[in-house]
Amino acid sequence: MTKKQKKLIVFITSLCGMFAIVPAANAMHIMEGFLPVSYCVIWGLICVPFLVIGFMHVDKQVKENRQTMMLLALTGAFVFVLSSLKIPSVTGSCSHMTGTGLGAILFGPCVTSILGLIVLIFQAILLAHGGVTTLGANCFSMAIAGPLVSFVLYQLLSKTGVNRKVNVFVAAFAGDLFTYCVTSVQLAMAHPSPTGGFGYALIKYLGVFAPTQIPLAVIEGLLTVVIVIGLETYAQDELKKVGFLKKGVQN
Amino acid sequence: MKTKSNKGLVIALILACLLIALVPLFALKGAEFGGSDDAGGEMVSEVTQQDYEPWFTPVLETLLGGELPGEVESLMFCLQTGIGVGIIAFVMGRLVERKKWQDKLKSENPTAKPSEI
Repeated sequence: MTKKQKKLIVFITSLCGMFAIVPAANAMHIMEGFLPVSYCVIWGLICVPFLVIGFMHVDKQVKENRQTMMLLALTGAFVFVLSSLKIPSVTGSCSHMTGTGLGAILFGPCVTSILGLIVLIFQAILLAHGGVTTLGANCFSMAIAGPLVSFVLYQLLSKTGVNRKVNVFVAAFAGDLFTYCVTSVQLAMAHPSPTGGFGYALIKYLGVFAPTQIPLAVIEGLLTVVIVIGLETYAQDELKKVGFLKKGVQN
Repeated sequence: MKTKSNKGLVIALILACLLIALVPLFALKGAEFGGSDDAGGEMVSEVTQQDYEPWFTPVLETLLGGELPGEVESLMFCLQTGIGVGIIAFVMGRLVERKKWQDKLKSENPTAKPSEI
């Protein structure tokens, strides 16, 4: 057994242990203690396979493709920055972006889930934002569901030959917005309305999150385009290595 | 790569971001601009028609025995932003310098493949 494999086992075990001991479902924007224990555990367990695959991908990259680590660091830092900026929105309340679209487009949703998890843990522990118990649920919405949508949308659109910048914008925008839709669904499942049930609750929660988030999703899309332009200009080699740019195509 | 048109585009995009972020601040005078996460919490109470008592308080708040002071919270957010910006600046700086250096080598030695540089 290699060192790396040992590390992997320790990682998975501690992750599962974490969810077993602290029954935690951490969805980024669901506050600490706002989900019943069973939901916390279920969301946490749903996240584990994604995180494990993501960890393996990152691990593989470290071994075989060190050059792209810089790109990975940049992507992670992008998530860090965007998810820390609280921006006023048209509804009169503030929210923040997710920043996970870039990672999903460049590396795929699984690797992004690791980056998202790091940010979520940082915020849950140091900022009392999100929470340890809601980590699984928040991780699912921000680090898995959103990036998955970005990734799939980007792949589909790139086949249709849409301008790449437009494509990047749409993917990042949709991923950001979808994150909040998932959060609403998670809340509605855990806290349905006694009279209107799941559907009514869902509409209510969406009504809080969605209008606030739409302008922010636009900003996230624009910023993702900016950073992609920067990378296309200065890091073509790396982009080719991760398969974002086709090999041999000069821009 | 058409660097010039990209430059204009980047500036336009950043300006658009600033506009989107700042316009609500001026347009909605007197609005509270609380977090939408908190609004979500209030909505839970409204929808379920009962006060929901969170069953777990954040670790940090338990340690502090109260809420994280607002100023300290903004410090932590700044810290997060700072870490991110630092890494981005470092990586982009490296990449920009590398490109300069590669272009220079290329112009001196046009036959060399990029991988050999």
